[in-house]
Amino acid sequence: MSLYNVFDVSGTGMSAQSVRLNTTASNIANANTVSSSVDQTYRARHPVFAAEMTKAQDEQSQGVNVLGIVESDAPLKIEYSPNHPMADSEGYIYKPNVNVVEEMANMISASRSYQTNVQLADAAKTMLSKTLQMGQR
Amino acid sequence: MAISLDKAFGIHQHALLVRSDRAEVLASNIANADTPGYKAKDIDFADALANAQKKSGYNMSRTHEKHYDLSINMNSSSKFRNPMQPDTGDGNSVDVQVERNNFMQNSMEYQTSLRFLNGKIKALNKALSGGQ
Repeated sequence: MSLYNVFDVSGTGMSAQSVRLNTTASNIANANTVSSSVDQTYRARHPVFAAEMTKAQDEQSQGVNVLGIVESDAPLKIEYSPNHPMADSEGYIYKPNVNVVEEMANMISASRSYQTNVQLADAAKTMLSKTLQMGQR
Repeated sequence: MAISLDKAFGIHQHALLVRSDRAEVLASNIANADTPGYKAKDIDFADALANAQKKSGYNMSRTHEKHYDLSINMNSSSKFRNPMQPDTGDGNSVDVQVERNNFMQNSMEYQTSLRFLNGKIKALNKALSGGQ
């Protein structure tokens, strides 16, 4: 019964989008952290999505798989502020390469995609429950 | 005279299966709306329905009882969709609005087929019970 596969597919979609929402939350929360060296500085994290077959025999339904989470290569923000308590010996502080505007757009996109997947599962549930009532008086 | 339930239900039972297959394909499209390199697919309904009615597929002929019973079914006639707008840069060709509309339409059509089937079952029931 292929309608049950809709639940599998939209379920993988929901979990992938929630991973994306999680990384976005982490990025925004750490957007203003300051450190005193390049190595210790937080870098923006983003998940990598890939299509994945949910069943070997069924090439029609493809769910989403989160391959991993990559850190952004964008340059860090380096500021000269010798009075800052975290400043290094030369007076520089290092701030994460998080683009807050981009992250907000990411957040909206992820939550809308999540909602769409939920609605999909809901529609499939309606269709299935109507099917179960077939032939009843 | 044997009663053929297959003939009584007509095309609707096949339509129902093709609709549920299509729901699956459209759900995959929507779930992969943010996956780089994913290409949107859809089922050619007329083609799939014809295949479902014929139950076409390839069976290996078995000349020995220990042979495996292999068959390839031709139900999956999914094709890639032509994108309506140029590539956004990640190779994804899913238009979520189009897919959602298609999913909703498909779900309504599924329920229509279901209603037709229900009508047929009601009619059969009535014939069997003599209207009591």
